[in-house]
Amino acid sequence: MKIATEGLAVDSVHVWRGDRHVLQGVSAEVHRGELLHVSGPNGTGKTTLLRVVSGLLHPEQGIVTWLGQSIVSHRTDYQAALAYAAHEPALKGDLTALENLHFSVGMKRRSTLQELRDALERTGVAACADLPARVLSAGQRRRVSLARVIAMRASLWLLDEPYANLDAAGSQLVSELLQAHVATGGLALVVAHRELALACTVRRLELNS
Amino acid sequence: MTVSAWEAFWLLVQRELRLSFRRPEQLLQPLVFFLIVTTLFPLGLSLQLSLLRDIAPGVLWVAALLSALLSLDFLFKSDADDGTLEQLALSGHGLTVIVAAKTLAHWLVTGLALVLVSPIVGTALGIPVGAFATMLGSLALGTLTLSWLGAVGAGLTIGLRRGNVLLSLIVLPLAMPLLIFGAGATDRAISGTNPAGALYLLAALCVFTCTLAPFAAAAALRITLE
Repeated sequence: MKIATEGLAVDSVHVWRGDRHVLQGVSAEVHRGELLHVSGPNGTGKTTLLRVVSGLLHPEQGIVTWLGQSIVSHRTDYQAALAYAAHEPALKGDLTALENLHFSVGMKRRSTLQELRDALERTGVAACADLPARVLSAGQRRRVSLARVIAMRASLWLLDEPYANLDAAGSQLVSELLQAHVATGGLALVVAHRELALACTVRRLELNS
Repeated sequence: MTVSAWEAFWLLVQRELRLSFRRPEQLLQPLVFFLIVTTLFPLGLSLQLSLLRDIAPGVLWVAALLSALLSLDFLFKSDADDGTLEQLALSGHGLTVIVAAKTLAHWLVTGLALVLVSPIVGTALGIPVGAFATMLGSLALGTLTLSWLGAVGAGLTIGLRRGNVLLSLIVLPLAMPLLIFGAGATDRAISGTNPAGALYLLAALCVFTCTLAPFAAAAALRITLE
C-alpha cells in the first residue's frame, strides 16, 4: 500500500449501505497545492466519499490517511486541520450569521469578531452579518457557510457542491477562493457536477455506479 | 491558536443557552406542563390536606420526570436536522465534550428551571416549607441524572422517525430509581424523618451517570452520525 506523506490519500475504500455497495474500492490522492474534483452521476456516493474522508463515516474496508497517518488514529488533529462544508449550509436559523461563525469557528481556533466580519465581507454577505440565518436566502446561506470555511483557516477543505444555489458572481467567487486556497499550499476536495475551470492543479475522480 | 477542550466546552454551553433564550416557548413548555399537571391533582381529587401531602411527593416526581422528558427530544434533534451536529462532530474536540456541554446547558434551562419553580408546586400540594430544602436538592440531583440518561437515549434515537416515543420507552425505565429515591427523600422530609439515605443514593446515581453517560451518549451519537 502506498501512503502519501504530504497530503491526503484514500486507499481502496469500500462502503456498504445496507445491501448497496456504494463505494467500490475508491482510491484517490491529493497533495498540497492541489485540488481533487469528485464528479459523477447522482447516487454514486460522492457525498458518502466526502463523509468517509471527513472521518464521519468509517469505511468497511480501506483506509484514509492524512500526512501519512491513518485519520482514525489521529482523529482530533486531523479534524482540527479540516473545514467541511456539507450540502446543507449547517447554520442555526435563530443565530445571526456572525454568531453562527463565532460559535462554529470558535470551536476550531481563536478568532476575533473582526476576522469573522472580514470573512463574511470576502464572500459578499457582510450586510447580513447581524441578521438571523433563517431570514437569509439559500444563496446567502451558502455564502455564509463559505465564510465559515475561510475563517477556519484549515489546510484541507472538503466542499460538497459549493456552487449550489449561487449566482454567476457567487460561482466566480467560489472558484477564486479555491484557487487562492490551493495557491497558498492548501488542499481541497470538491464535489461538483460542473466542470471546474481553475488555474491550479486539478486531479479528477469520476465515480460511477 | 488552537482551542482547548475546556474553552470549546464553555463556548458550546454559551451557544446552547443563547439558542434556548431565542426560543422561549421551548423553554417554557416543560415548565408550564409541570405546573399544570401538578395543579390538576389537588383540583381533581379534592382531597384533605393530609391526604394530599401523602401523594404530593409521588405527584411532584412523576410530573417532573414527564416534563423533563418532554424537552429531551430537542437535545440533539435540531442540530442533527440542520447539519450543525456534523460541524460540531468535526470540530476536533471529540463527541464527549460536545455531549457534555449540550447536556449541561440542557439541564440549566430545563432541570434547574424546574427545580426553581418547584416551591410553587410544593406549596400547591401542601408540602411544608421545612421539607423544601430536601425537595429542591432531590429534584436538582434527579433532573441532572435524567438529563444524562436522556442524552444517551436522545443520541440513540435522533435518526428515527417518531423517535420521541422510543426515547420515553428507553429513558423512563432507567429513571425508576430516581422516582423511588427522589419521592422517598421528599416523603421522609415531609414526615419529619431523616431523608439523608435516599439523598445519598440519588447523589450516587447522579455521579454514576455524570461520569459514564457522556461516553455512552458520544458513542450513540457516533453511530447515528454514520
